[in-house]
Amino acid sequence: MEESHGTEAGTERVDQETTATSWEPRIVAFICNWCTYTGADLAGTSRMKYPPYVRVIKIPCTGRFDPLFMIKAFERGADGVLVSGCHPGDCHYTAGNYNARRKYTVFKDLLATLGIDMDRVRFSWISASEGGKWVDTIKHFTEVIRGKGPFREYREMIDVG
Amino acid sequence: MSDRTEGIREIARKWLGDGTVEAVVGWEQGTYKDKTSPVLIRTPEEADRLLFNERCTNNLMTYLKREPVRGMEKVGIVAKGCDIKALIGLLQESQVEREKVKVIAVTCPGVKKDDGTVPVKCRACDVNTPTFYDEIVGEKVDSSPEPGARFEGLEALDAMTPAERFRFWRGELDKCIRCYACRQVCPLCICSRCIAEKNQPQWVETSPHPRGNFSWNLVRAYHLAGRCVECEACETACPVNIPLMLLNRAMARTVKGAFDYEAGKDPETQPPLRAFNLDDDNSFIL
Repeated sequence: MEESHGTEAGTERVDQETTATSWEPRIVAFICNWCTYTGADLAGTSRMKYPPYVRVIKIPCTGRFDPLFMIKAFERGADGVLVSGCHPGDCHYTAGNYNARRKYTVFKDLLATLGIDMDRVRFSWISASEGGKWVDTIKHFTEVIRGKGPFREYREMIDVG
Repeated sequence: MSDRTEGIREIARKWLGDGTVEAVVGWEQGTYKDKTSPVLIRTPEEADRLLFNERCTNNLMTYLKREPVRGMEKVGIVAKGCDIKALIGLLQESQVEREKVKVIAVTCPGVKKDDGTVPVKCRACDVNTPTFYDEIVGEKVDSSPEPGARFEGLEALDAMTPAERFRFWRGELDKCIRCYACRQVCPLCICSRCIAEKNQPQWVETSPHPRGNFSWNLVRAYHLAGRCVECEACETACPVNIPLMLLNRAMARTVKGAFDYEAGKDPETQPPLRAFNLDDDNSFIL
């Protein structure tokens, strides 16, 4: 995270959001308290570097994830959304992630039917010990979103009127 | 069709006369010649208002979710095979008790929309002769669902790129005036307080703006995923003709493909989003 530390980088980021020329991906990650959040924390304490364009929102379990969270993120200008939690079998609440997986299965098809670009949506399982996987996931997803550019279609829709 | 009408009246008269039910929900002649209206019959004498014909499109199961029918101890309800699917959905989710509802099933050769065309649900019908009921009237009608009819509208959608699909839905959903007729008429939209009415926090914007229209129509379809029995009541009720059944059928197709489940078939099974399997598809999760 060193890249993003300090006021200079912070100021720069505001500019990136307001000017079209210096656009950077805006990624929202809904991650579970027990595995992925701890994994991301491990990445931080291990001083691993990854792009600073991800906004992390902690949820108690992926079972708590509601598709409306994702819609709200897009409404507020996200270019990509990641949902991540414990691997199957590792859920702190035994079955939250299994229930989440069923929801994802249905919801991703609904998004696809509505014409949301599914490259902007990502699901992953990242355990508390997988700081490296968190870093790789964010790096890769950031690159994908950078390649895609801003989510213009959605932004045009929310800005109408 | 008239023998069906007679059969319904006879059973309703009997049930209302001996106190089997407090009331019977059925169809009666509407204001216009080609229309029928839902009616609540409370006395045996009134039973002659009941009828059945090819314009009996309404799914009456939606009355089970609201007063006064909801509060009744015992209620009779006239239903086609497709309507009974909704009852099965409600039973699965413990929204009604089986003992409370007495079903007068009618065998149905298919109904017609207001414009005289045959709805997709009738072309794809596999329950012309209902199998779940207390009494049944009418001759047996064999089902011969037209192959592919159920999902035919989805092919055009599948052929589009995501951007084209998004534009298509932008155009359709921009029409939404947020009257919530789709929700009111749906037999399975059962929440007494809908997510669209909650405002702390407000997940779904309430003004008819594309932003809120998108979230509303998305969440409506999502909450019906694996539950929708494809009665087409929402699409029929929609005053601005949004093809809501495209979304519902897309969800039905997903649920069929992923969990081999069809809504409204068996009251003993669990709806797919109330259960899980350890070996559910994991391929799309990194």
